[in-house]
Amino acid sequence: MSVLLTAVATLGIIGAGSSAILYLVSQKFKVEEDPRIQEVQDALPAANCGGCGFPGCASFAAACVKAETMDGLNCPVGGQVTMDQVAAILGRKASVAAKKVAVVRCSGTCDERPRLNLYDGASNCSVAAALYGGDTGCSFGCLGLGDCVDSCAFDAIHINPETLLPEVVEDKCTACGACVKACPKDIIELRNVGPKSRRIYVSCVNKDKGAVAKKACNVACIGCTKCQQVCPFEAITIDNNLAYIDDDKCRLCRKCVPVCPTNSILELNFPVKKEKPSAPRDEEATVTV
Amino acid sequence: MENKLIVSPSPHVHSGDTIQKNMYAVLIALLPAFLVALYVFRLEALMITVYAVFFCMGFEYLIVKYLLKKEPTILDGSAIITGVLLAFNVPSGLPIWILALGSLFAIGVVKLTFGGLGNNIFNPAIAGRIFLLISFPAQMTTWTAPVTAAATTDAISSATVLGVLKSAPGTMPPLMDMFLGTEPGSLGEMSVAALLLGLIYLLWKKVITWHIPLSILATVALFTGILYLFNPTPVYHPLVHLFSGGLMLGAVFMATDYVTSPMTRKGMLIYGVAIGFITVAIRLWGAYPEGVSFAILLMNAFTPLINNYTTPKRFGERVKHG
Amino acid sequence: MLKTFRIGGIHPKENKYSAGRTIQSIVIPDQVIIPLSQHIGAPCQPVVKKGDQVKVGTLIGKAVGFVSANIHSSVSGTVLKIDKAPDASGYKRDAVFIKVEGDEWEPFVDRSEAVVRECTLTPKEILDKIAAAGIVGMGGATFPTHVKLTPPPGMKAEVLIINGVECEPYLTSDHRLMMEKTDEILTGTTLIMKALNVHSAIIGIENNKRDAIAQFTRKSKEYAGITVQPLKVQYPQGGEKQLIDALTGRQVPSGALPISVGAVVQNVGSVFAIYEAVQKNKPLVERVVTVTGKEVKQPCNILSRVGIPLINLIDEAGGLPENTGKVISGGPMMGKALASIDIPVTKGTSGVLIIPTPEAKRKAMKDCIRCAKCVNVCPMGLNPTLLMNLTEYAVWDRAEKNGITDCIECGSCSYTCPADRPLLDYIRLGKGRVNAVIRARKN
Repeated sequence: MSVLLTAVATLGIIGAGSSAILYLVSQKFKVEEDPRIQEVQDALPAANCGGCGFPGCASFAAACVKAETMDGLNCPVGGQVTMDQVAAILGRKASVAAKKVAVVRCSGTCDERPRLNLYDGASNCSVAAALYGGDTGCSFGCLGLGDCVDSCAFDAIHINPETLLPEVVEDKCTACGACVKACPKDIIELRNVGPKSRRIYVSCVNKDKGAVAKKACNVACIGCTKCQQVCPFEAITIDNNLAYIDDDKCRLCRKCVPVCPTNSILELNFPVKKEKPSAPRDEEATVTV
Repeated sequence: MENKLIVSPSPHVHSGDTIQKNMYAVLIALLPAFLVALYVFRLEALMITVYAVFFCMGFEYLIVKYLLKKEPTILDGSAIITGVLLAFNVPSGLPIWILALGSLFAIGVVKLTFGGLGNNIFNPAIAGRIFLLISFPAQMTTWTAPVTAAATTDAISSATVLGVLKSAPGTMPPLMDMFLGTEPGSLGEMSVAALLLGLIYLLWKKVITWHIPLSILATVALFTGILYLFNPTPVYHPLVHLFSGGLMLGAVFMATDYVTSPMTRKGMLIYGVAIGFITVAIRLWGAYPEGVSFAILLMNAFTPLINNYTTPKRFGERVKHG
Repeated sequence: MLKTFRIGGIHPKENKYSAGRTIQSIVIPDQVIIPLSQHIGAPCQPVVKKGDQVKVGTLIGKAVGFVSANIHSSVSGTVLKIDKAPDASGYKRDAVFIKVEGDEWEPFVDRSEAVVRECTLTPKEILDKIAAAGIVGMGGATFPTHVKLTPPPGMKAEVLIINGVECEPYLTSDHRLMMEKTDEILTGTTLIMKALNVHSAIIGIENNKRDAIAQFTRKSKEYAGITVQPLKVQYPQGGEKQLIDALTGRQVPSGALPISVGAVVQNVGSVFAIYEAVQKNKPLVERVVTVTGKEVKQPCNILSRVGIPLINLIDEAGGLPENTGKVISGGPMMGKALASIDIPVTKGTSGVLIIPTPEAKRKAMKDCIRCAKCVNVCPMGLNPTLLMNLTEYAVWDRAEKNGITDCIECGSCSYTCPADRPLLDYIRLGKGRVNAVIRARKN
């Protein structure tokens, strides 16, 4: 019995002594940290994806606490909900950031953009881009080797095996920007999601002269400026034979889409336009010889 | 021109070397030892080797195709080598079901669980052998007597040279028999001469470099040699150690396994010396008569560390010399 | 006694089909396309415009900045336009299109064949002539020669090394140049020695060119300070750093230039061009190109003007073979696979190599089996499989520490790998990224 008592007492004293030492040390050497940093960090999605521009959620939380206002601070993964929570913790007003999504600005599928040679190097877009302009006549277009897919932490982008182009799954995309950085041709861009997920953009990054671009790809932008002329909001600029639609100025009026001679401007998630009845002129044109 | 031009980064030629070629070269190098084993153990040697290869290839095929759902590559030679080396490391009379278990462990656990060829940390054959040794110590230490030309009786249990030395450290074992291959042991440890032939073949074909085998053998010889100088009993004789047990087999075929050995020359020498030391230490002062398997397995665990801390000799470190 | 470099190396099959073929000429086509960037450094500024008349040797592109080189017209005729054209870089870059009319040369060019050995110019005058003539490294690197021959302040050249190695399989343009223009090359060597103020030059020739070694050994006795050293047939014997190691025993430290160990290396083609520029006032407008390959009907060495499309040279060699898989500008180890054969010959085009389809496709890659064969063959003492791994996982600081910027892109690692891993593809990528990180760090 005394053995039992001795054992329990000894271990008990050792245990209590160690706890006391640990407690004292933890209090003495405590790092003073603003408790709000931990609170903010707990509100974040903990994806550590870098989409906010900071290396990890902890850094973003620290930056939020340190900053004066919420301007310029946005967690694309958590979105508005998270930023509202963070603002509430810090007693500030949340800034409203437009929800963005990754957009692949190339429509050069195998059908539209013929392959002229066979690429046999490592399956990596950066390696191919350093080697040459690609296996088609367009040296700006998508190489289809999937650096964007490898970089996505949210399984939101995949290469379509038939068209060999990447496709973004809108629901999963958090606009963290990893694919934008990964693409060596700067084809992917973060654009506004738009009301009802509607957006209009020029699906081309080819800067060659019109004739050269068209020869390489049927749906290339040839820089003809028809879209720029018809846009009532001055949202379209042409630079180096390439049209670009400014997200903030575009009002989704859709006037530019039908005038593009190569169908290079894409409109997503709009209702289908009703077909006008064809004029008698068309029927004459289909007379067979 | 109808065909499209092929475009890829340089270089545009290849030596033609393949994993398969290297693996089959190792098998050819094992041939002399196998022939000696056939001569000494007759049908038993053939059966155990065939069964081991069959089980290793079979398990690899089944696991890769049905569990991992990938394309099996059993013909690349690595499963065959694991089978042959496993067979060479066990007594020729080992029950087949135990051999099957060993193959399953070697291929399934040691090789495929870690990611297949190129990703395993431990040498599958060595790990398989040790697994069997620890799980079935009785069967794994029952050695068949070599069938000599004169005798026609069945196999009798007998002890290996090292086993004898453990209990009777004073008797000098027959060195020439050990060299040529007529002392009891497993298939692979039979003929030092045959294994040396294999070493020469591998060096000639540039499958391996001299660093690992030489450093292991030299360390064993030196270590035991120094001990022998102080205490000239047969248990310390360098030649006894060099010619016995699986040392030659281990030094030439198992420690030089690409995946589990270091990649730099400096690293290989460190690896070899350590294996030599541990082998002798276990043989002389450990419970087991044979230490090579454990030494190699232990050093396999150190290989990533050795790789991290040794670098090849870089160009430009020597600026001027004469 | 054969010398060689001390670390790594491989010995691919030599396949020097065209070694015995004397240099032949080629008909100038109706139009040439001369790229405005045929060298390392800033592209040239065009100094001609549409409609201008040019003769052979007329300056059409002016060097921009110190590390750049002039470009001269290689034909006489009228400038058609200055537009983007595909070249060996794989992209379209600015080029001068010229409609060929006749073959009139600028009057200052001496077109006589006789070898002129004497030179009364000062070292600076020699360098100025080299710069004016637009000479670049003709081994394929195309580094502006006048820059290389101007040591940075504080460094001095001690020995001149002439690179007659031509270690790439298949290529024989340097070999033929050495056999047919021996005196010119030796004279050129003396000119460079004068420009650098060095008194000794070593000509390194690989041992598979015994006739060139014999001829040079015999003739170099007439020239002071020039010795000939045969070298073991090993790749990359002709790599600048390896050559300096083999011939002088000195290894250029990581990140340093060869001049830091007192050595300057020049390719025999560059030496010949220097001779022609200094003694004959001829700018760099043509070069010897080897057209070769297993199925090529008549492998040959063609003296071609810059700007002639490669398809013309291939036709001269018997036409494009049936089962052509790859067309390579340069040799099989470091040459560039082309997407089109309409691109023009440039100052750096040492050869056109045609590889049949069965040999041209790579095999599928497997996991690294850590055989360390790549480590054994790397001439710079690196660990290629580790560098590929670090690049794949973007670990740039470790890649830098393991010497990725030292890689000379010789291709020995990918050549050797039994698992068919595209080691050099990734190392090249990693090298670019690490260099960018280093540049950003310095700013």
